[in-house]
Amino acid sequence: MSWLVSNWSQVSQYGLAHLWLSIPPIVLGFVLSVPLGWVANRFALTRGALLTIGGILYAIPSLPLFALLPSLIGTRILDPINVEIALTLYAVALMLRTTADGLAAVSGDVKLSATAVGFGAARRFFGVELPLAGPVLLAGLRVVSVSTVSLVTVGSVIGVNSLGYFFIDGYQRAFYTEVWVGIVGTVLIALVFDTLLVLLGRALMPWTRRGAGGRRRDALAQSRWAVLR
Amino acid sequence: MARTRRGLTAAAGALALAALVLTGCSNGNPLADDTASKKASSGSITIGSANFPESEILAYIYSDALSDAGVKTDVKANIGARDRYIAALKGGEIQLVPEYTGNLLQFFDPKATATSSDDVYAALHGAVPKGFEVLDQAPGQDADSYNVTKEFSQKYNVTSLADLKNVSVPLKVAANPEFATRPYGIPGLKSFYGVTATLQPINDGGGPNTLKALLGGDVQVADIYSTDPSIAKNHLVTLADPKNMIAAQNIVPLIASDAASTKVKATLNKVSAKLTTDELSGLLTKSYDDKQSADAIAKDWVSTNGF
Amino acid sequence: MGGAAVNSYSDAFAWLADPAHWAGATGIPHRLLEHLGYTGLTLLIAIAIGLPVGLYIGHTGRGREIVVPFTGALRALPTLGLVIILALGLGTGILAPLIALVILALPPIIAGAYAGLQSVDREVVDAARSVGFTGGGVLWQVEVPLALPLIVGGIRSACLQVIATWTVAAFLPLGGLGRFLYDALPNQDYAQLLAGSILVIVLALLADGLFALVQRLATPKGVAAGRTADIRTKTHSPTRKDPSWLAPEEA
Repeated sequence: MSWLVSNWSQVSQYGLAHLWLSIPPIVLGFVLSVPLGWVANRFALTRGALLTIGGILYAIPSLPLFALLPSLIGTRILDPINVEIALTLYAVALMLRTTADGLAAVSGDVKLSATAVGFGAARRFFGVELPLAGPVLLAGLRVVSVSTVSLVTVGSVIGVNSLGYFFIDGYQRAFYTEVWVGIVGTVLIALVFDTLLVLLGRALMPWTRRGAGGRRRDALAQSRWAVLR
Repeated sequence: MARTRRGLTAAAGALALAALVLTGCSNGNPLADDTASKKASSGSITIGSANFPESEILAYIYSDALSDAGVKTDVKANIGARDRYIAALKGGEIQLVPEYTGNLLQFFDPKATATSSDDVYAALHGAVPKGFEVLDQAPGQDADSYNVTKEFSQKYNVTSLADLKNVSVPLKVAANPEFATRPYGIPGLKSFYGVTATLQPINDGGGPNTLKALLGGDVQVADIYSTDPSIAKNHLVTLADPKNMIAAQNIVPLIASDAASTKVKATLNKVSAKLTTDELSGLLTKSYDDKQSADAIAKDWVSTNGF
Repeated sequence: MGGAAVNSYSDAFAWLADPAHWAGATGIPHRLLEHLGYTGLTLLIAIAIGLPVGLYIGHTGRGREIVVPFTGALRALPTLGLVIILALGLGTGILAPLIALVILALPPIIAGAYAGLQSVDREVVDAARSVGFTGGGVLWQVEVPLALPLIVGGIRSACLQVIATWTVAAFLPLGGLGRFLYDALPNQDYAQLLAGSILVIVLALLADGLFALVQRLATPKGVAAGRTADIRTKTHSPTRKDPSWLAPEEA
């Protein structure tokens, strides 16, 4: 504990770096996966192709991807963007399946009634399908968020330092406290992001607050609420 | 109606957030280091360190001494092994890095044969690529060293690397992965001493797991840096190197010539003059035994030594 | 640096084609077997622990409040840190990374089992009870067969993560395909790094494909569980509470 106090500036420096590194992949992963998920859902051909590509992306081991990106796309060696691009790819790969399935789970009847009332394709998507798929997307996003925050630590092996620095340094000096600080810090950041996402979900999707937390599968009941509002 | 608006607002909000984050990341991000090369020309120096504690302590010492002398500095710790941080140096992402004369010479000139402190230093001047230079070398050294337990040394009568040839058991050496190709590593054992050994790669820079492997008998020999306090603590026997396979390893700053102003050179040379092997051992004891952080150790040393 | 990439790919394939790299204890087949061994062992232990837990909370609905947040917390543990702290205590043997990787594999397996049982229509369970099935019978002869695609899906997701993460654990002196990555990195040996990555990707894809096949075969004939195309046509009876964080495994 006293170590934490005396080294607070270093811990907070790496902690903030960790936070900054975690945000873009989560946000971009979500933003990119929505149109991709829509495409995957819409056309039977693209679904299989996109999901397979997603599977391949996720299978790429993190360490080589971090290390190879400078030579693949010409970024500089120490640039954190190497880690960011790799993490975004993983986030998209993870979210893609969830988004595609979430959008697919929206009841066809609801979409038809939206069209019947006069919604155009875009309005129907943003006003009906996306909100209805919301809880599923949020659930997927929470998993992506946790796994991103955890993967950021691997960047320390190639010099993009975050709380992962304490793992490497602690390992070499047999310094348990340091490694624990790194672990607890990472878990705390993951917790903060998760809480933020839950709050965001409640703010954007108030209908899910009613009754059982996330009656996601009961699409018919949800659509009833949606139409009534 | 309200829901449509909410849906659109949510989507718009997400996009706006993404845009904000991206602009924030490219401008105010504490990690955005595309300014590193710009810094060099404006007189500020980015100092890199390798992925082991001693290098980090030295980097912070350089940084604190330079900032006390009025130069703006920034430290990028834990970049990786030599190949990686030299690539960062060449790319202008860092301007200064603490180095070891012997290994650096072999890195730039694999055919180099110099082994004594002075020979190595002289050869190093010629081997460093254009645009970079080495400043004064410190009297202190920290070299890779092959160590065995006292029991092993007594049992097989081994006090030097040359004696390893006569050992009857198969030899396993615990060291960082790069030992497989380094000229003072496994290939060097073969070519200098005729010793065939296999590498047990342990990625902790001669740290606790390497020590554990040696003391536990998983390996017979361990590569532990010579200033590491654990050698004395565990009564290990450092094997002599009569053929000078391991060259002298004086601490020396490797700097981009653009960043080497008179003030910078003078300050760093003053620092180097005070870095003896004993000082280095003291620094490492504070790190490994007292568990102080690298920048705290550096700050102490710099203020104690009158900078 | 851009030129290095072009050379690296051809170098990587040259590295893979080199017969020297296929021989001996550091050769590709040996490392592959080690990697498969680590993965298999991890999955076996994780299934042995995770499946009963997931099936229990899915079937009885009890313990949800504890297990669900607990698995969420498990997901948040950074595996690299976990491996290191365990290695400091347990030494450089296989035990430390094994424990860390079992912890990594548990959440998807528990979630898959739980989500699978959750997805079973309540009416089907009620029907089974009314026909005379008791607790155990309901679980093993009704719920699990219907939930099998999702249960297998959870194991599949765990398998993919485990294969990828055993490469990160090669930070320690282990065998497996991660050796090609960690030994190449300090030497800037891009050929080996790329070659090793290709091997890991191929292995992961093969495993994923195998599981996809098993998932398809595990679906009892005429049952739509896990097939999202049929979610639209499924009957919607009130389901039990499900925590929304389970979604990816359900897919």
